[in-house]
Amino acid sequence: MLLIRYINQVGVQVVNLINSIGSVSILVFSAIILSFRRPLQLNLIVRQLSLIGVNSLPIVLISGLFTGMVLATQGYHQLRQLSAEGTVGGFVSVSAVKELGPIITAVILAGRIGASITAELATMKVTEQIDALEVMATNPIKYLVVPRFIACTIMLPVLTNFATVCGITGGCLAVVGLFDMNGRFFLKQASDYMFMSSVFVSLIKATVFGMAIAAIGCHKGLSVSPKDGAEGVGKMTTGSAVSSILAILIIDFFLNHILYTILGMK
Amino acid sequence: MILIKDIWKSFDQKEVLRGLSLQIPAGETLVIMGRSGCGKSLLLKMIAGLLCPERGEIFYNGQGLNNLNRQDMNRIRNKIGFLFQSAALFDFMTVSENVGFMLSQHTKMSRLEIERIVTEKLSLVDLSGTESLKPAELSGGMRKRVGLARAIVSDPDLILYDEPTTGLDPITCVEINNLINNLHETLEATSVVVTHDIDSAFSVATRIAMIHQGRTIIDGTPDEIMSSTDPHVQEFVSQEFRNQSI
Repeated sequence: MLLIRYINQVGVQVVNLINSIGSVSILVFSAIILSFRRPLQLNLIVRQLSLIGVNSLPIVLISGLFTGMVLATQGYHQLRQLSAEGTVGGFVSVSAVKELGPIITAVILAGRIGASITAELATMKVTEQIDALEVMATNPIKYLVVPRFIACTIMLPVLTNFATVCGITGGCLAVVGLFDMNGRFFLKQASDYMFMSSVFVSLIKATVFGMAIAAIGCHKGLSVSPKDGAEGVGKMTTGSAVSSILAILIIDFFLNHILYTILGMK
Repeated sequence: MILIKDIWKSFDQKEVLRGLSLQIPAGETLVIMGRSGCGKSLLLKMIAGLLCPERGEIFYNGQGLNNLNRQDMNRIRNKIGFLFQSAALFDFMTVSENVGFMLSQHTKMSRLEIERIVTEKLSLVDLSGTESLKPAELSGGMRKRVGLARAIVSDPDLILYDEPTTGLDPITCVEINNLINNLHETLEATSVVVTHDIDSAFSVATRIAMIHQGRTIIDGTPDEIMSSTDPHVQEFVSQEFRNQSI
């Protein structure tokens, strides 16, 4: 009896998950179509670019810097055991460009921006502001989702580049300051191991992560029911951050497989 | 102007509207009354096309709303003003931006022209000089009046009021009732007011309809309502009057 109930619960969760993936996909599709329809709402997009990009820059820079420093310190100790500490520059640059830059930036923005998008839209839903938009003949997806979707898609790659540069700089500062390594040598190693295709991979990942954060944030915000009230807004906001971070990690695995194994990029 | 024909709607397997029919001729101020949860606000949202009935249909000037696409529905919505129970002002905009929202989205009017209309509508609701304030800086009554100014900004043919006096003090209630009457005379629009405030209902209505168990049980002039022998109507009216006298 207990087993049947357990299987039933798992089944419900799987159906809910498939349902959510379907709804988010439909939202992404609608947002892409509506992005090309007039009016372009440039003022709304610029406002979101500023909120998402400019305001997130300090935290992204600081996180990137310290991640690079930790990476270099750890890498130096591990590589020294193999007498390969000279390659720490390459180790830091490859890790920062291909993986840590996009992931760290996306996780920070999922917590900071994804959750804030959900809280804002869910509050609007609960206080009938979304209904007010509809009544005033304005499509909420065009007016609210599209600017956030475009801003996240543009800003994630930009912020990722800043985080990556900061990460390599942080790594360089750490090894120069702590282990007396030559800074120029570190940077030469870093550039030798970096390929244009690595930067391209990083940008593709960041773009997809940006789309995912905006889509999940908006979907969660719009799916709150007005009768759920403030409690519903809180639950959705937490759920949004958790779902976005999980989605980023899952998407990262599949993108790595597609880009490196199937397409053979370096 | 509006014909509501045998509409049914349920939520979580609970039937809220069960074959409700109603006719709202142009130029009338129809007040819809009924107990909490009887489906009054739901009916307003259906008239505005926010929700669709499961059975039956609503007609706006002869045009059925059930199978309209978004574009056609928006064409009708451009002629409808809606005052929400919570006013539903956009909290990231100023009063002026809230009131002028529909004009800035759907007309090619210049900013100056929109500002002129916004000032005019705000003076109609006695809120001149509040243009640059944010909704958070307004009192409950002021928010309702800004919501009202926003609802009438495009001179609609139909104004829907969802509980316009709920949560307001008696003096502000009278002010809002006077505003509804003034707007009815100035704009000559059809109005549908949902309320369970009997005082408000009798001071604005040219007709009153009452919903009970998902159906219209009475639809008549205020005098006809007062003299109705229907036990539900009598109970509702006398109970509400008793509550207000207390």
